[in-house]
Amino acid sequence: MMNKKHLVLLASAGAITLAGVATAQADTLEDTMERGAVQCGVSDGLPGFSAPDDEGNWQGLDVDVCRAVAAAVLGDADAVNYISLNAVERFTALQSGEVDVLSRNTTWTTTRDTTLGLNFTGVNFYDGQGFMVSRDLGISSASELDGAAICIQSGTTTELNLADYFRANGMEFDPIVFDTSEQTVGGFQAGRCDVLTSDTSQLAALRIQLDDPSGAMILPDVISKEPLGPVVRQGDDVWFNIVKWSLFAMLNGEEYGITSENAEEMLSSENPDVARLLGQDGNYGEGMGLEADWAYNILSQVGNYGESFERNVGMGSPLEIERGVNALWNQGGFQYAPPIR
Amino acid sequence: MIHNQTIIKERPAPSSSVGAIAWLRTNLFNGPINTIFTLIGLYILYLLVVPTVQWAFLNADWIGTTRDDCSREGACWVFINARFTQFIYGLYPREEIWRANIVFAGFFTLIAWLAIPRLPLKRWVAVFALVGFPIVAYVLLHGGYFDMPRVPTHRWGGLMLTLLLATVGMVGALPIGIVLALGRRSNMPIVKSFCVVFIEFWRGVPLITVLFMASVMLPLFLPSDMSVDRLVRALIGLTLFQSAYMAEVIRGGLQAIPKGQEEAAAALGMTYWKRMGLIVLPQALKMMIPGIVNTFISLFKDTTLVMIIGLFDLLGIVQAALADSRWLGFSLEGYVFAAFMFWIFCFSMSRYSQYLERKLHTGHKR
Repeated sequence: MMNKKHLVLLASAGAITLAGVATAQADTLEDTMERGAVQCGVSDGLPGFSAPDDEGNWQGLDVDVCRAVAAAVLGDADAVNYISLNAVERFTALQSGEVDVLSRNTTWTTTRDTTLGLNFTGVNFYDGQGFMVSRDLGISSASELDGAAICIQSGTTTELNLADYFRANGMEFDPIVFDTSEQTVGGFQAGRCDVLTSDTSQLAALRIQLDDPSGAMILPDVISKEPLGPVVRQGDDVWFNIVKWSLFAMLNGEEYGITSENAEEMLSSENPDVARLLGQDGNYGEGMGLEADWAYNILSQVGNYGESFERNVGMGSPLEIERGVNALWNQGGFQYAPPIR
Repeated sequence: MIHNQTIIKERPAPSSSVGAIAWLRTNLFNGPINTIFTLIGLYILYLLVVPTVQWAFLNADWIGTTRDDCSREGACWVFINARFTQFIYGLYPREEIWRANIVFAGFFTLIAWLAIPRLPLKRWVAVFALVGFPIVAYVLLHGGYFDMPRVPTHRWGGLMLTLLLATVGMVGALPIGIVLALGRRSNMPIVKSFCVVFIEFWRGVPLITVLFMASVMLPLFLPSDMSVDRLVRALIGLTLFQSAYMAEVIRGGLQAIPKGQEEAAAALGMTYWKRMGLIVLPQALKMMIPGIVNTFISLFKDTTLVMIIGLFDLLGIVQAALADSRWLGFSLEGYVFAAFMFWIFCFSMSRYSQYLERKLHTGHKR
């Protein structure tokens, strides 16, 4: 009897869930405007991507996506409620409507894009597994790593990618596995291994934890694809467009040379691309339910993609990650935004 | 004959049997084996203490605002210094911190008032602490009334959140635990089976599972326009979980009270609630103080698990601070600080419980 009752309860809860997900906040834009703040899911602390600074303000590349969306929708980049999420609950939080944008170094994969009821809106960081070696070794490429002792943080994909790469290249390696990033960097520091492997964004953070960061270097080789980007719920295409084009606006801003400093002068620019982006020629925010100055707000308050990159993870930050593949398409990278017109 | 003998004057005990030397001889150096162990022990202590003191004090950096002010030879307390406000209040807006301060002041005043025996009006203070103060604290911390801007709970954090979780958990778990313990000993089958199932269910699952259920599964079961604040979810999970443990601790105390006590009370014509409230529970609770405080202390430390559902308690905010790229690599300092703060609170609770035991002991001590 007890069991039956329980089942009925569960079933009705399930039915509500299904109904709920299907119609889940079809009008995120309206809700956001009413609330006056974007609900943004970020990591609970990832160097360069999202972490609170000394004053308690969230900073980072992922955080800037939230700020860009808030600037576009509400005209105020600070109107964001940051919800810190761990790796397990991030998708649930998005599905259940607790957050409206998930900007938490999430790798874009088929499974996530097609089976979770979510949409990836783009890539704000092309990450991939790389190697850090001691400068003394005199190694300049991953192909010279045959027989190396390699420190890994336990985590299946990293280990798997590493094994695949070495097998594919007919090389041997000696894995030394650690539990946490602190232990891994400690092992590398103590000379337990010649090489440390992790995603390149993590390597930079690990590197500055060494006693002598300049004694270690990150090899240019990247052995896996980890495109990281913001995610939204399926079923609200207006919101999907807003998040997608907020990122594109930052990329286009960099391409056209619009920065947070010169955005105001650029309003009077003769360049038709700039005029369209900044809302001086036509209203390209209309289709998303936004004001004409949506992109101007993003670029003047958050800055363009290049500025955000330099400030948070690039040479202007302690992480000192090279632009590499994250440079614009016309500067040798992958970052390419469709034109505004 | 006797008068021929000179009376030996009273002399002090030989220096080898009194004072520090005697203490050393009897406790540390009585016999070759103990001497060897003492020396080994002293050596190990030397190996541990000297680097620790050097790291934490002698070579440490105390003054500054950025990581460049740290030499990295010893501890970098600059990091703790720069982040101290955040460790205490979490991401609570800086300009609103006065509200949190009032709550802190009220909280500690009330605790002190209730703990110091000389102060009067205990009963009214207790009523205010349980009824009035939570409302005042909520209004102040959450805001939205009297022109105070609203501070959503995801900005609460640090020590403030740890204390909030622990206090609400303790204050909630004790009465629920008492009711469950009484229910489990009840003769009424439905009440009894409900209590048994409740206790065994909550005791049978790890707290981390409870929190995950509350944060990952619950939102999926609720309609999408209805969301329960995650702090509230954590509070409910934590309280129910701890009340199950509390129930068993209290049941242990109830079982230690001889049946004659209750029978005598019944013979005097007391009702069930009077028998329990006036005769059995006061004795049982007094006896179970160590167990209850034990549960409180473990609850206090368990609050760190809310970190995994994205709430920044004291440990969580320290970890978040460690991820700031401007402060990478100071994890040891951060964790030492968190451990120290936790130790202060747990140790105070333990001392107060010992004081309470001494004060309340009425012939049970052996």
